[in-house]
Amino acid sequence: MRNAVGREIPEEILKETGKEAFRGAYAFDNYEYRKAAPTVHALNDPGRSKLVENIHEALVKCGIRDGMTLSFHHHFREGDYVVNMVMEEVHRMGVKDITICASSLGKANDPIVPYIEDGTITGLQSSGVRGRIGEAISNGKLKNLAIMRSHGGRVRAIESGEVHIDIAFIGAPTCDEYGNMRANGGKSDCGVLSYAMADAEYADRVVAVTDCLVPFPNIPASISMVHVDYVCVVDAIGNPEKIATGAAKPTTDVRKLMMADYCTQFVIHTPYFKEGFSYQTGVGGASIASTISLGKIMEERGIHMGLGLGGITTPMCELLEKGLIKKLVDTQDFDLGAIESIKTNPNHIEISASEYANPFNKGAYVNKLDFVILASLEVDVHFNCNVVVGSDGMISGAQGGHPDTAAGAKCTIVILPLLQGRIPAIRTDVTTVTTPGETVDVVITDYGIAINPRRQDLVECMKDVDLPFCTIEELRDKAYAMAGEPDAVPFEDRVVGIIEARDGTIMDVVHQRKEFSF
Amino acid sequence: MHPNKKRLRRSMMFLNCQKPALIKDPYIYQPDSIMLDLEDAVAENQKDAARYSLFHALKEIDYRGVERVVRINGLDTPHWKEDIRVCVAGGADTIRIAKTESAADVRTVEEHVLAAEREFGRPEGSTLLMAALESCKGVLNALEICQSSDRLIGIALSGGDYTKDLQTTITGTGVELMGARQHMIMAARAAGVQCWDTVFTNLDDMEGFERETKMIKLMGFDGKSLVNPRQIAVVHRIFTPSEKEILFAEKVVREIDDKKAKGIGVFTVDGKMIDVAFYDGAKRTLAMAKAAGVYKGVC
Amino acid sequence: MEIKKTAMAGTLESSDAQVTVEPGEGGIELLIESSVMYQYGRRIRTVALETLNRLGVTNARVTIFDKGALDCTIKARVECAVYRSNEITEQLPWGGVIR
Repeated sequence: MRNAVGREIPEEILKETGKEAFRGAYAFDNYEYRKAAPTVHALNDPGRSKLVENIHEALVKCGIRDGMTLSFHHHFREGDYVVNMVMEEVHRMGVKDITICASSLGKANDPIVPYIEDGTITGLQSSGVRGRIGEAISNGKLKNLAIMRSHGGRVRAIESGEVHIDIAFIGAPTCDEYGNMRANGGKSDCGVLSYAMADAEYADRVVAVTDCLVPFPNIPASISMVHVDYVCVVDAIGNPEKIATGAAKPTTDVRKLMMADYCTQFVIHTPYFKEGFSYQTGVGGASIASTISLGKIMEERGIHMGLGLGGITTPMCELLEKGLIKKLVDTQDFDLGAIESIKTNPNHIEISASEYANPFNKGAYVNKLDFVILASLEVDVHFNCNVVVGSDGMISGAQGGHPDTAAGAKCTIVILPLLQGRIPAIRTDVTTVTTPGETVDVVITDYGIAINPRRQDLVECMKDVDLPFCTIEELRDKAYAMAGEPDAVPFEDRVVGIIEARDGTIMDVVHQRKEFSF
Repeated sequence: MHPNKKRLRRSMMFLNCQKPALIKDPYIYQPDSIMLDLEDAVAENQKDAARYSLFHALKEIDYRGVERVVRINGLDTPHWKEDIRVCVAGGADTIRIAKTESAADVRTVEEHVLAAEREFGRPEGSTLLMAALESCKGVLNALEICQSSDRLIGIALSGGDYTKDLQTTITGTGVELMGARQHMIMAARAAGVQCWDTVFTNLDDMEGFERETKMIKLMGFDGKSLVNPRQIAVVHRIFTPSEKEILFAEKVVREIDDKKAKGIGVFTVDGKMIDVAFYDGAKRTLAMAKAAGVYKGVC
Repeated sequence: MEIKKTAMAGTLESSDAQVTVEPGEGGIELLIESSVMYQYGRRIRTVALETLNRLGVTNARVTIFDKGALDCTIKARVECAVYRSNEITEQLPWGGVIR
């Protein structure tokens, strides 16, 4: 059937997954449900240690067996070692049919691809995948459907029991022998452990994996010992150089600066830009440049941000230091500056992914956003965005908080260059829909700015503003005029993955890639 | 006179013709002119390749009103004749002659341009010329160069080669370019053509760039050759009259028109003594503001 | 036009295409590799064949490594390679078969 964003969802997929087709961004408001609960093991003998020798012992003690679901977080980003080391051991033990439920997977996890091919791993649930895992899924190597969920959607799936985690492996930069985990103070600091908090609370078994065992009590803990079954000390949980890099040098690319300037000008001409406004931005060159130029205007006009949210970068921390942001609320740190900031600034605060974005809790931070500045691989003429599947049909990105923040914010701005190389970013149809157009308000490109016609209030605000406004169709036409209209990417009939909406319905499906032939 | 001979040319941005990624959409940065380079930016063994790229770019890319200048190879090379043919065939607006030393150089190019216009069926006289002065001889001959052709829109200083000829280098102080700048702008004004300053290549020194641009504006230059889109906004800011300047110029023009009718020669505007000698300057300010899109008045 | 010897034009930079022409063995043999194959492979082929046809090339082995070049760049690189194989760099037919 055709869902609310016009995508065809095959009946057999609806049947196989038991999911509904997407009905609209807010269709589940006031939805009543019973939360899941894990089956846990008490520890009341003070003489019993949680320490295990190695991953193997942890797996054995947790009762690893075929068909289990293991969970991981991605706070170590492209420096992560934890997924690989656990899966290597699982593979060595000959366990089959494992589902990985990760907050995200990146190129660092390329080494698990052979385990997908040999049936050790048959299910993947993640915000998205990059690198060779994406290729493996797109090429039909994964036995079961891959499920791509937003950060908020993942917590919803865990808390509502849609996915049940048997064992959570939580990499912790520091941990004590009783399982109190912190994100800082070790050799692989990652700032926060937000994405792992739901795993700790809802998994049957929880294993802390650390390379820096510290004296008890390791507090205040990001994740408390009350959730933790075992503590495993390993040589290294990640590569610190890839976990957090120095702050990206502000871009000097004039194209990006131009888009950043358009974005800032747009933001300050909306009624939401006033004392106490709330804001989230990404890590792209244009978003960061826009944060810097917005900061200057805030300073000039004496306007403060009440809430800065999300994945945090150095420029946001600098605004916090200058007193231009009241509270910086953090679920992920993208650079060393952000990690340093959360260690030292009391107004920089760690929250859980559920508080951040779960659409099924009693209100998440994203709902309080005035602005979110996002990127996208593609946007269609209905403002639907695609951040997961490349224009060549290969899974190569992640939902992250894209659909969550877009749904929550009063003003959702997507910045992207009109052409990515030759590929038009604004097009008649996106390869897959990940974020519904009803939640996207403005698209900013190097060739012009399109306001979603649903937002006549914003159109009205911008009436006398000197920015290059045009329609989204005009942007598409310009792109096609330059690059030519792209051919539709051919796919096999087989569905290899689903793009799950925040609320658990199906936003879109991903088909297996077809080899190119003339 | 060719309708575009005196158009606004504050920013003239160089682009390497051999780089498809550079020439596909530089108009989004809104320079007044782009200078598609067949000369120094293109390696000796890629001169032919650059021409094919240039031809198709000129024919197929809509540069949206940005003037398309092409810098051709010097008359001392084997390349310039074919460069002229491709420029004219492609419909370039203007040809920038590298290493111009005399009026005769301009006339040589002009002859070949005319021949090419006839060969390719372009209107005769439609292709404009500008001359880059890159040697002491060229700078000293500035006046005859400026007066050499009706097609010639102006002269541009090429500081790198010029300072080599002077046996010095670009110092950043401007002292080595002082004489050439002063001489060239005088020659250009005497001949009624435009004059552009040399490039500023240190992209990390935006303050130095701004200082130099302000200086050459005060010296009377019409604009500057640029190497990077980052420089465009700075030049436009400095070369675009401020709101205050526009208001004042508008008043001066109105008052002079009004007082002339009443037979009054000298009067004051905002406390300043004004006479008819201010008229042309005020008119020029308004024309510049209009061309830059910041003035929509009727004066 | 005859392809007299192997000749190459263009680079492997983004937005460019590297085109090699070699003497053929009867007819046109065209090999294309592209970073945008799925979406523009057909179009690249059409543009390359049209360009070769305009130039009167009927017997050649042509290889294109495309990095997302626009049509105008594909044409420019094919033309350049063909004329290079004939060592022609002057008095080119601008606006004639080069268009």
